[in-house]
Amino acid sequence: MKELRLKEHPILEVPDYEYISFYFNGEKLPARKDEMISSALIANGINVFGHHHKDGTAQGIFCANGQCAKCTVIANGIAVKSCMTKVQENMMVKSADGLPELPETNDPVEFEPIEELETEVLIIGGGPSGLSAAIQLGSAGIDTLLIDDKHELGGKLVLQTHKFFGSEEDSRAGTRGHEIGKLLAAEVMEMSSVKVWLNSTAIFVFSDKKVGVLKDGVYKLINAKRILNAAGAREKFLRFQGNHLARIYGAGAFQTLVNRDLVKPTERLFIIGGGNVGLIGAYHAIQAGIEVVGLAEAMPSCGGYKVHADKLMRLGVPIYTSHSILSANGGETVESITITEIDRNFKPIEGTEKTFACDTILIAVGLDSLAEFTLEAEAAGIPVYAAGDALEIAEASSAMFNGKIMGLTIARDCGVVSEDIPQEWYQKAEVLKSHPGKVKGYQNHKAEEGVFPIIHCLQEIPCNPCTTVCPTNSIHTEDGSLMAVPLYSGSCIGCGKCVLICPGLAITLVDYRKDVQNPIVTMPYEIMNYPVKVGDELSLVDVEGRFLLKAPVVQVIENKKVHTAMVRVQVPRELAKQVVSFIVQDASVSEALPNAIVAERASDDAMICLCERVSVGQVRELIRSGITDLNQIKAITRAGMGPCGAKTCEVLIKGLLREEGIPVENVVPNTKRPVFVEVPLDKFPNGTRS
Amino acid sequence: MAKNYDLIIIGAGSIGLPAALEAAKRNASVLVIESEHGPGQENNKKAIGGVRATHSDYGKISVCLRSIEIMKSWHEVYGDDIGWMSNGYSYPAYNPKDAQTLQDLMKIQHSYGLNIKWLSPQDYNEIVPGIKQEGLEGSTYSPEDGSCSPLLMGSAYYFHTLKHKVEYRFNEKVIGFELSGDKIDTVITDKDTYVAGTVINAAGNYARQIGEYAGLDLPVYPDNHEAGITEPVARFFGPMVIDMRRAPGSANFYFYQNNEGQVVFCITPDPPILGIDNRSTSEFLPLCSKRMLEIYPRLRNLKVRRTWRGQYPMTPDGFPIVGRSREISNLINAVGMCGQGFMLGPGMGELLARIVFDELSDSDHRILKSFDPYREFTGMEAFK
Repeated sequence: MKELRLKEHPILEVPDYEYISFYFNGEKLPARKDEMISSALIANGINVFGHHHKDGTAQGIFCANGQCAKCTVIANGIAVKSCMTKVQENMMVKSADGLPELPETNDPVEFEPIEELETEVLIIGGGPSGLSAAIQLGSAGIDTLLIDDKHELGGKLVLQTHKFFGSEEDSRAGTRGHEIGKLLAAEVMEMSSVKVWLNSTAIFVFSDKKVGVLKDGVYKLINAKRILNAAGAREKFLRFQGNHLARIYGAGAFQTLVNRDLVKPTERLFIIGGGNVGLIGAYHAIQAGIEVVGLAEAMPSCGGYKVHADKLMRLGVPIYTSHSILSANGGETVESITITEIDRNFKPIEGTEKTFACDTILIAVGLDSLAEFTLEAEAAGIPVYAAGDALEIAEASSAMFNGKIMGLTIARDCGVVSEDIPQEWYQKAEVLKSHPGKVKGYQNHKAEEGVFPIIHCLQEIPCNPCTTVCPTNSIHTEDGSLMAVPLYSGSCIGCGKCVLICPGLAITLVDYRKDVQNPIVTMPYEIMNYPVKVGDELSLVDVEGRFLLKAPVVQVIENKKVHTAMVRVQVPRELAKQVVSFIVQDASVSEALPNAIVAERASDDAMICLCERVSVGQVRELIRSGITDLNQIKAITRAGMGPCGAKTCEVLIKGLLREEGIPVENVVPNTKRPVFVEVPLDKFPNGTRS
Repeated sequence: MAKNYDLIIIGAGSIGLPAALEAAKRNASVLVIESEHGPGQENNKKAIGGVRATHSDYGKISVCLRSIEIMKSWHEVYGDDIGWMSNGYSYPAYNPKDAQTLQDLMKIQHSYGLNIKWLSPQDYNEIVPGIKQEGLEGSTYSPEDGSCSPLLMGSAYYFHTLKHKVEYRFNEKVIGFELSGDKIDTVITDKDTYVAGTVINAAGNYARQIGEYAGLDLPVYPDNHEAGITEPVARFFGPMVIDMRRAPGSANFYFYQNNEGQVVFCITPDPPILGIDNRSTSEFLPLCSKRMLEIYPRLRNLKVRRTWRGQYPMTPDGFPIVGRSREISNLINAVGMCGQGFMLGPGMGELLARIVFDELSDSDHRILKSFDPYREFTGMEAFK
């Protein structure tokens, strides 16, 4: 069978892996040494990992983050989360069909004493904000323990193959996320007062001021004087018909599979959600050689940066605004998606349904702060801080900044540092988390001589590396602020630095010096998996992907260091300023099926709690009978009682309550209890107590 | 004008809900006042779910036998699934002294007609496969005891009381009574006042405070217990397992596999942790998992899904306080269930209705002797 792995990637290096063998349901299969079972299965084309014990429906990868249990398999007799368990040589893996059998092991359990440790500051999460805070605390020499549940530092930065926004000075704009993660991690590792524990999951902040942590499978208790919650966020899910099918998951899970594990989980992908996460996910898919059939966004325009959306449309990916998912169609796994246009009240407009063949659907409809560690620490009376997405959902550039602020704030509160936090840090943190602002028109370039950049970045976003990279200082934002749209005025030398650094791939150079009538346009290009060479006829498009003309490539300048090439074409002067890029994905990829599949069943069959297979209808009925307490809904339906601990359904149920017109103040939230993730019983015994 | 009710029940929990249903079935107008935001949201939902009639006194045995009958036939009578399972209870003995105590108790239990037998270690291994055999003297086994979901049971009671026109005031706290002579005239809450024919104090953790409003001193002192639940797995053992031995930090502990396949477990801290604190401690899992794995290593790979903390509203002798107040003639206390409110509840609800409507039988009078509010509180429940 074909191995579904990335053999090459335009941005990421594909190392030489050592291969081992394992068995799935008796069949011998290859796996990369040290990869997670889930990735090994997906690489072998296996997407159904088991069947739910309640209704027998298929289950597969969902969070790829150890938070749920939908990827459970039986490995050497024991039920494990396949996304968190490494495959081993000759491991016998079986699908988890129905309730697992507990292995009949009767040997006595050995009890070891639980190690207890003290630390001044505990940072939960080694992503952009946690690392930035650790650097501040380390610089102040404060005894800090940073824990992260993954095998490497960087958090979601590890998955970000695109260049970052923001400013070079504050958030390393123009550098790719995964590289920033490495830079920050290296800086933290230099700090002598900062201890880093990888593969360490915080379990709970207990009332006796101890934090339970599972480190490499060993349970430990931490006495921390202060806690920084930098644990990030979780992805929101959606209610729609067929939302329980295997091969529907979040963009974060997708990026983990593709950019961390270098597997190719899908051939044909559809994405729901036009925020930055969905837009970037689509871009990453193209970079992995995956066909992106389309992207639907419920609002009249995408919530993410316009440059991201534009980039996709230029590649040939259609974006359906004012559209929503009606159903995922298929037997066990996704075979197609039906989307529909929606009105201003988000109600589907009958007759507008379109069905597209696809094998995977990504849900990228926003994130929810992971607040539980903050609440637990507050309840325990431990001074607690939050940074990054755990504080507020925003870009990683902003997370780095507020992590820095929180780190210094904690250092001050510890009494170690006395300097005030610079006022401009707060201002910058505010700007960096700004939502996109107004869309402006193009700058009026009258001149048709020499060489100069055309800036196709038309929306106010917090980003300005083009202004700092220009050697002649010829690019400035309108009012000098980070948010404003960049404008060119000055003396371009045609070096192309702005072209290469722009994270939005939204700067071209037009060079009239050789031929005024047919100037040369330089375009940035970073998906070398769709190779381009001199002489290739390109379908050139404008900023939003509208076809302009066909023209041959006259030059390709590759830059291996920044993984961005400059592709040059010669075009008539009337069109030169409009040319931004070229189509790489054939229009046939995005064709709808001739007949839309519109399910007859009521949409209330959609699942609201995937873990316990509770339908929207069941919960709606309770809400209509007057129950608005999530604890009571849980007690009656079991929604929220499953392995993920209400991490997915809580937001969905709150949405349903809103839809049913229940005021927020009447809704009683779920009581949060230990444990954060499921942990085997034999991790907990304390060998010293009796 | 304050609204008038035949019966006002303080507390929509394990006792208040069944009492409300039984009273409403007699066409009484019933109001339930609950300080929480919904029914069963205090200790009812925190119950483990085990239900046994194998106690050591006539009162608890009779009430729980009736509870078992009600739960067992609930689906048939009321149509709701409450997850009842006749999975039995077992008390394994790991030393001769405990074996003797349990076997002596069995004589009393047999005299009350209970179905309880003594299993050899080998026979016990048949129903709890893989249980530690070393030092095991044998175990009691009472196959007609069982379990059901406190969450489903509480909700089922609530919905049936609504059908019988019971009214609820949630998020409302009783803050006093207006007395006239030897009677409660009005129940005063933080939001309103209500005129009561009869009042039942079923306030669980807060029973003592409610008693004080009527000038009574009810010896009910909550202490804290933590419990946990695992992932579901295929059924691998039968009964509730109760290890009654003490170990440093804990008295007894117990666990069973519920009808979803999840193992539910709980431990009794020693010394008791008095007060009301629902926050989880770092002590519970290390303590309880160790004791469980010591006697049942097979549980090792079972993943803990959730833990929680609740209270046992304890009395000095471990028996509930149930009966009509001598000082306040229209006040009935049904308090101090000592962590057994869930299993006593259904039977107790019927008994309370018979107290309210003066329908007590000879057997009821005998039951109420066990729970007499005016007893000396000198003894101690033998079979916890």
